[in-house]
Amino acid sequence: MVDVTHGGPTSGASTGVAPGFEIGELDLYHPKSWVTKYVFSQDAKVIAIQYGLTAMAIGLVALVLSWLMRMQLAFPGLLPFIDADHYYQFITMHGMIMVVYLLTALFLGGFGNYLIPLMLGARDMMFPYLNMLSYWIYLLAVLVLAAGFFVPGGPTGAGWTLYPPQAILGNTPGHQWGIIVMLVSLMLFIIGFTMGGLNYVVTVLQGRTRGMTLMRMPLTIWGIFTATVMALLAFPALFVGAVMMLFDRLLGTSFFMPAIVEMGEQTAYGGGSPILFQHLFWFFGHPEVYIVALPAFGIVSDLISTHARKNIFGYRMMVWAIVGIGALSFVVWAHHMYVSGMNPGFGFFFATTTLIIAIPTALKVYNWVLTLWRGDIHFTLPMLFALGFIVTFLNGGLTGLFLGNVVVDVPLSDTMFVVAHFHMVMGVAPILVIFGAIYHWYPKITGRMLDTTLGKIHFWVTFLGAYLIFFPMHYLGLLGVPRRYFEMGETAFVPPSAATLNVFITITALVVGAAQMLFLFNLAWSLRHGREAGGNPWRATTLEWQTPETPPAHGNWGAERPTVYRWAYDYSVPGAAEDFLPQNQPGPDPVVPGHAIAEGAR
Amino acid sequence: MPLAIVLALIVFGSVLFHFLSPWWFTPIASNWGYIDDTVNITFWITGAVFAAVVLFMAYCLLRFRHKPGRRAAYEPENRRLESWLAIGTGIGVAAMLAPGLVVWARYITVPADATAVEVVGQQWQWAYRLPGKDGKLGASETRAISDTNPVGIDPDDPAGRDDVVVQGGELHLPVGKPVALLLRSVDAVHDFFVPEFRAKMDMIPGSVTYYWLTPTRTGSFEVLCAELCGVGHPYMRGTVVVEPEADYQAWLAQQQTFEQMQAPATTGAIDTGATKASATE
Repeated sequence: MVDVTHGGPTSGASTGVAPGFEIGELDLYHPKSWVTKYVFSQDAKVIAIQYGLTAMAIGLVALVLSWLMRMQLAFPGLLPFIDADHYYQFITMHGMIMVVYLLTALFLGGFGNYLIPLMLGARDMMFPYLNMLSYWIYLLAVLVLAAGFFVPGGPTGAGWTLYPPQAILGNTPGHQWGIIVMLVSLMLFIIGFTMGGLNYVVTVLQGRTRGMTLMRMPLTIWGIFTATVMALLAFPALFVGAVMMLFDRLLGTSFFMPAIVEMGEQTAYGGGSPILFQHLFWFFGHPEVYIVALPAFGIVSDLISTHARKNIFGYRMMVWAIVGIGALSFVVWAHHMYVSGMNPGFGFFFATTTLIIAIPTALKVYNWVLTLWRGDIHFTLPMLFALGFIVTFLNGGLTGLFLGNVVVDVPLSDTMFVVAHFHMVMGVAPILVIFGAIYHWYPKITGRMLDTTLGKIHFWVTFLGAYLIFFPMHYLGLLGVPRRYFEMGETAFVPPSAATLNVFITITALVVGAAQMLFLFNLAWSLRHGREAGGNPWRATTLEWQTPETPPAHGNWGAERPTVYRWAYDYSVPGAAEDFLPQNQPGPDPVVPGHAIAEGAR
Repeated sequence: MPLAIVLALIVFGSVLFHFLSPWWFTPIASNWGYIDDTVNITFWITGAVFAAVVLFMAYCLLRFRHKPGRRAAYEPENRRLESWLAIGTGIGVAAMLAPGLVVWARYITVPADATAVEVVGQQWQWAYRLPGKDGKLGASETRAISDTNPVGIDPDDPAGRDDVVVQGGELHLPVGKPVALLLRSVDAVHDFFVPEFRAKMDMIPGSVTYYWLTPTRTGSFEVLCAELCGVGHPYMRGTVVVEPEADYQAWLAQQQTFEQMQAPATTGAIDTGATKASATE
């Protein structure tokens, strides 16, 4: 077995030999003005913050939209400006913003940009100029998306899945301009993402510092790297789908449009296949779930390990689980389409692949929990959010076993059960990781700690509130309450108690949303008033905490890039003076009682 | 410490909620009790896993919380434990998947004695077509739709002439007889969903999709559209009445056939053609 996780007794300082760099030093662009330093910056750290702030800004729009739709569901008619048109526009924009423009952009554009060079000991991304372009195209995509609110007819109300023919037929809000703007914005996003994504992949493969083998990389990087590769493969399917739908809408082609009678009138469309779009959409859409989840998996592994002062349990299993989930997620897409009218025989294949993917996912959950076992658990803010993630992700993952198991999906698909499931598993869970990650890395980004009291209030309200919102919601779906209903009206099988539950959910959602303002305040306030953090406040092992300056300067490492001697998880090593050994520390090598255990680490 | 207690409370609260909540499946009215069984199996397995993992986590948080002088153990891997966990998970997954696939096979295999009934979705109402005396549905396509031919029956197909067309009204079904619902749409994607039947399938313009069921109790059940189909989606409702065979036959006899629908306007050239065609039959 190749020695992978950290230097054996003969490696590191005792030999003093580290392999040379595969490529030479990157020629960095050194900014000469405020504009090139902070606006059109080519520094990945600045670009990361730009991505983060833009994503959070458009995310706030999505938050307000969710409030509005919850108001309508609990108190129909109370806000007279919410009519059916607006309701459908709100759910569409909320979904698209959250999935693509917030979660994808924040994990890959935000954390990817900040952490990849720093954690790998690189000076910057391999293509800094392209990296800058990536952000500005993303910003343009966000602006075009937001422009949807101001075009005649408003944004599209086709649902975030944009299923044709409905998306371009006359009885869907935003069929005039909204759908065009949405498709163009998505295409821009994909173009921008591709520039960033190629950068992340090349940097991970080529930009690692001496000694940073692939199997020594922190799981955060494994998660972001795998997710990026997946995104580069999955987004093109959405891109071509968007192009074809744009042609159907603007040029009168019929890629997705069969013969249609619209409100009693025969249309000119004919011969196309609506289900083709669904395949293209979900060939992107399912990997997209893991594009969001894998970086979260990686980050949460590092948070748990650092704050439990214990190595991540089963590092190699974790890496292979990430890669395996990434590969499998390309053959499960049609589990979103069990009742779509595709050949029902496909159900056997996709149910099997979908339930198989549960196994590596479950192993990851076990390994997080086993990392806590015999740990030294510090209940810091990042740790609280990471633990909250495990609970919500486990809950949402388990309800995925209902929906993934083809026949069980039949009564539940298109009901509130689905809404509850995907919010728990790819809404709440990754967002808890984002919060945990921000509490964890804010000290490195700004040099100051976020306020703990505000943070604790933020955690408890968000974690408990989100669970109270989405756990009971499953049961509305079991009852048969469909999703995407502007109002239920009088429906025989829905008891009045369901309306009471809806009021409870809405009030909780308003409170949870408000708690996020506390978080934003904390971000702004701590920038000046937070406690000084120092370079490594969490006593963490990974390279970003070992920079000569905090916040790290342009180029990250001063004169000499660090050399890596060990894996990222040398916490509480027996015999070591401190309970952590940074990756760039040459010695001492761990003296592990019982060679069998040490063998496992290699 | 507080988190450990809260996690335990989450487990107990969730289990209590599950058993006490007034929101559960509507009383079933079809043969798809199998689907309810698979849902229940899945609830038991996933519920046990959820409780076990979260309670274990709570225990760890309590037992291994930081105290001065504590140091974590150093244990990078434990192959044996990881393998056993993988095998256990695999067994649990198989226990859910196997019955699911068996029931799915039944769900997609229409019994030979099932009566075909066509459901046609359009924004935002349901139309139905039932076979006439010949027991067969005639061919149909979207292009054939007109004012007098709301579901697009092929006027040249003799099998279609006696088809019974119900537009905007209730669908009646005989209790205890398997029925295959053939699903069509003329505009957006719709989905014919009766919660008490448990079954569901999208209807796509340009294709015919299907599912089948046997209604098991009489009564009147609400139909909902379960796939977003435009701004009127929540108002796309209907009613299915399940009744004894005799009542069903009486209802069927009162409905208009396709041929009768063409009758009122006898002056049009197309109608003359249709009449001629029926005369030659």
